[in-house]
Amino acid sequence: MITLKIDGIEVQVPEETTVLKAAEKVGVWIPTMCHNDLFEPYAVCRLCSVEVVRGKRSRVVTACNYPVSEGIEVLTDSENIRWIRKFLMELILSRWPNVKVVKEMAEKLNVGKPRYESLEKDEAEDACILCGQCVNVCREVVQANVIGFSYRGIKREVVLPLGEQSDKCIVCGACALVCPTGHIKMVIEDYKGKKPEFTLGPKTSIYVPTMQGIPRVPVIDAESCIHFKTGGCEVCAKVCEPHAVNYDMKDEIVEIDVGQILLSTGYDIFDASKMTQFGYGRLNDVYSSLEFEMMLSSMGPTSGKVLTKDGKEPRSIGIVHCVGSRDTNHHPYCSRVCCMYALKFAHLVCDRTDAEIYQFYIDMRAFGKGYEEFYVRILDEGVKVIRGKVAEVSEVTSSGEYKNQLIIRCEDTLAGKILEVPVDMVILCNAIEPRKDIDAVRRLFSISKSPDGFFLERHPKLDPTSTMSDGIYIAGCAQGPKDIPDTVAQASSAAARILSYISKGEVEIDPVRAWIDDKYCAGCRICNNLCPYTAIDFIEEKKISQINDVLCKGCGTCVAACPASAITGKGFSDAQIVAELEGLLAI
Amino acid sequence: MEFEPRIIAFFCNWCTYTGADLAGVSRLKSPANIRVIRTMCSGRVDPTFILKAFELGADGILIGGCHPGDCHYSEGNYKALRRVHLLRKMLQSFGIDEKRLRLEWISASEGDVYQHVATEFTAQIRSLGPLNWKQRFEQKEPKEQLIAV
Amino acid sequence: MAKPKLALYWAASCGGCEVAVLDIEVKILDVAAFFDIIFWPCATDFKYKDVEAMPDKSITLCLFNGSIRNSENEKLAKLLRAKSVVLVAFGSCAHEGCIPALANLTTKEEIFKTVYLDTVSTYNPEKRFPQPITKIKEGEIEIPVFYERVKALDQVVDVDYYIPGCPPQSTQVAAVIEAVIDILQNGKPLPPKGTILGAGDKTCCDECPRTREEKKIKHFYRPHEIFADPNKCLLDQGIICLGPATRSGCGALCVKANVPCRGCYGAPPNVHDQGAKMMSAISSVIDAQDPAEIDKIIQEIVDPVGTFYRFSLAHSTLKGANL
Repeated sequence: MITLKIDGIEVQVPEETTVLKAAEKVGVWIPTMCHNDLFEPYAVCRLCSVEVVRGKRSRVVTACNYPVSEGIEVLTDSENIRWIRKFLMELILSRWPNVKVVKEMAEKLNVGKPRYESLEKDEAEDACILCGQCVNVCREVVQANVIGFSYRGIKREVVLPLGEQSDKCIVCGACALVCPTGHIKMVIEDYKGKKPEFTLGPKTSIYVPTMQGIPRVPVIDAESCIHFKTGGCEVCAKVCEPHAVNYDMKDEIVEIDVGQILLSTGYDIFDASKMTQFGYGRLNDVYSSLEFEMMLSSMGPTSGKVLTKDGKEPRSIGIVHCVGSRDTNHHPYCSRVCCMYALKFAHLVCDRTDAEIYQFYIDMRAFGKGYEEFYVRILDEGVKVIRGKVAEVSEVTSSGEYKNQLIIRCEDTLAGKILEVPVDMVILCNAIEPRKDIDAVRRLFSISKSPDGFFLERHPKLDPTSTMSDGIYIAGCAQGPKDIPDTVAQASSAAARILSYISKGEVEIDPVRAWIDDKYCAGCRICNNLCPYTAIDFIEEKKISQINDVLCKGCGTCVAACPASAITGKGFSDAQIVAELEGLLAI
Repeated sequence: MEFEPRIIAFFCNWCTYTGADLAGVSRLKSPANIRVIRTMCSGRVDPTFILKAFELGADGILIGGCHPGDCHYSEGNYKALRRVHLLRKMLQSFGIDEKRLRLEWISASEGDVYQHVATEFTAQIRSLGPLNWKQRFEQKEPKEQLIAV
Repeated sequence: MAKPKLALYWAASCGGCEVAVLDIEVKILDVAAFFDIIFWPCATDFKYKDVEAMPDKSITLCLFNGSIRNSENEKLAKLLRAKSVVLVAFGSCAHEGCIPALANLTTKEEIFKTVYLDTVSTYNPEKRFPQPITKIKEGEIEIPVFYERVKALDQVVDVDYYIPGCPPQSTQVAAVIEAVIDILQNGKPLPPKGTILGAGDKTCCDECPRTREEKKIKHFYRPHEIFADPNKCLLDQGIICLGPATRSGCGALCVKANVPCRGCYGAPPNVHDQGAKMMSAISSVIDAQDPAEIDKIIQEIVDPVGTFYRFSLAHSTLKGANL
């Protein structure tokens, strides 16, 4: 440890500490305009100049990069220093008189109108003051090295290599973040982000995926994280006190032995851009239900505010029901949840904005407990409900009252009128549809799908959670569109089924099994390769094949193939099937 | 009286049997000529049964299994496919039109496909006429006259 | 005590079964000593009318070989059934039709046309066909009626036992005769009716010395197209061997000579249709999933009916072609 005095205050700091940091520790303010803890001291503004006294000798140094040494005394406010600072500040102020941080610093240092006139005077409010922070953060933190200085003296300026946008720039925004004047700006052209599932994605590279998630821990989005692009940064690791940030974690494939599996793989939403009449993906401010849900979330990109693309509060919103569902061109089934979430949207929008809300519906299906009451409440809140399927959403391009607004065209089938409703925002209630990989998943588990494409249950009424494959259960929208209470009920039922097997400790297997009669098997080994469950073993000593009763699932392929008819399929024996044939063909 | 084909169908428990059931539940009308035998898998269908059915008077035979890749037992349906291919080749030698034996992949959700296949196959067998194996076979038994070419 | 009476008859067959009886070597002397051979047209001179004159059930044992091709075969089958206590279908023809029954895949017209018109060595400008009754100056001559279909013996008359094989193995024939002598001498009970004598309950594979692997067949070869490994299962090598669907009893004679089993011992105990079962087994182990590839492999099986039903067509489910 090193002991020194700063303005008469004694302080102990570790070796290698800079005078600036030591002064911070004892609460002595030293002005600086170029220093940032993210990178090495740069000492370009010179405002942190202090006087260091060692014995009888004294010298002026920059505090930000001068390391402490034993017994020195630092003076930050001596007459000499005050004179130096004033002089430096006057130079800075004379060149960039209108930059906010410069003016504030001048005020702090009691510097008024400068005594000099700059040859390179820049009167912009967001002028570059050549502090170098952007260059340093790009070089040292991001390690992309795409910003640098060019020219010398009063011609010095911050440039990109050869003055052009470099493809080495990863558009991380670190330079804009550290720029004290706002000279560097990130131009956000489109905030449709990275996750295909939610076009309104997370705002940062390190984020908590869902606040309700368990465990609720942040994750790093490797696609946008600076570290994974350049190998640099690691700022999060530096600031994380428990050292919980780990860049080496990899996706792992873990094999777990289980006896039963519950598939609740969820759903995809219908891609509304297939229905070009609604303009989704083409018109601004036409949102899918999930995007709007993200917008309503306090964790979302607008922090829960309902805003149009140009950042204004909408004056009116149209909510379009049955987009892709109850539609023979797409999905004939009802997605069940849309009516109620559309009403919820209306309720939340009422709560947060003064917008007029229009609901365009085919039939209002408020089917659950308390749902009808909610519907009535929404009507009382002044939401306008229009019974009619929307024909088209278009944009007003002409000038006038509705310029740049959206027009929803539909027939009000109750009033018998064609309506054209101007709105600022359209929310589409996309159909719930099976996940795109549902075929691959169901083949993995040997289960079927129903005509609507969702997993097929064993029985639609009596056994809606189990499947034709023993030990495979289904719940939620993977089985068909359903709301949260129904999903919870189905999932609980499936869980109870699974638990009942676990607590029983044994499994009853279907008696439909094949067995080989030793008396007739001569070990030709035709059957050996046919069994998908490798239930048939060839016993070398006896030169015959045998079936493992537990592995056999009773498909009967080996029974049909056995040239000696030594294999009998219990429940579906040759004699039984021939008897069926005789019966069926008796008349 | 119009000829009513007698068609024996072997349907796998998981796909076609359920699909045919769905056609029924969905009130899709399909011909009553199809007489269904349920097996666990189309791979259980032994060619012996098919020949036996023809012998016993079936005019056509329909085997229904899961789509390739969808078999509840991985690939029982492929075994059915191979057997049917070889059997078709043999049926020609027996003087049975190979169109009388049909293999179709119908999934549990394809009630409409079942309806279509059942209707079409019944119409096809109707146009092929009765097979009437036993009677025809016995008619050819010793007659005391001889041929003069 | 009078000797038990033995009759042997040869219907539609090649005569190999008669040779198989003589093939029992010196045991034939025991047969001659124990039995009174009262009818054996192939070996000694007997007339049908001698048999017709016998009282019913006067023949103790009748070994009947050959299938039923014409009216003479049928007449003799019925006659010998009536005169015999025990009627044995001897050999594959009587048992299940054998090679003669392959004629069931075609018609009588076709057969006549081939035999009496089309063959190169035939000179028949008047296109005459045999007639059951032909009038000549001296009166009428009668020849048997050629039937439309070939039948196995038990499709014409009630049969007590079967001895399979084309021909039955002489060791098996000797063993059966010994057993019969034993039964008759010592008053032992007869085996249940319908029993297959001189054969096993398993399949030919049981007697086959070759090593067998799990089967996956990509190519079928006819025996002349490949040098078969004498130690490996022929089917594993892509040669169609009917051993897996054929009753044991021959001692795997053919496969030991590096020739595939052709199925002469008939279907094993639980199999009702040997050909259907064998084709089911074979097609199950074809190593292809694509319909075009499957067809390509199947094309390599030349004459599947003739291959799978070579011996059993008359006894099979369909019994022949419907032409």
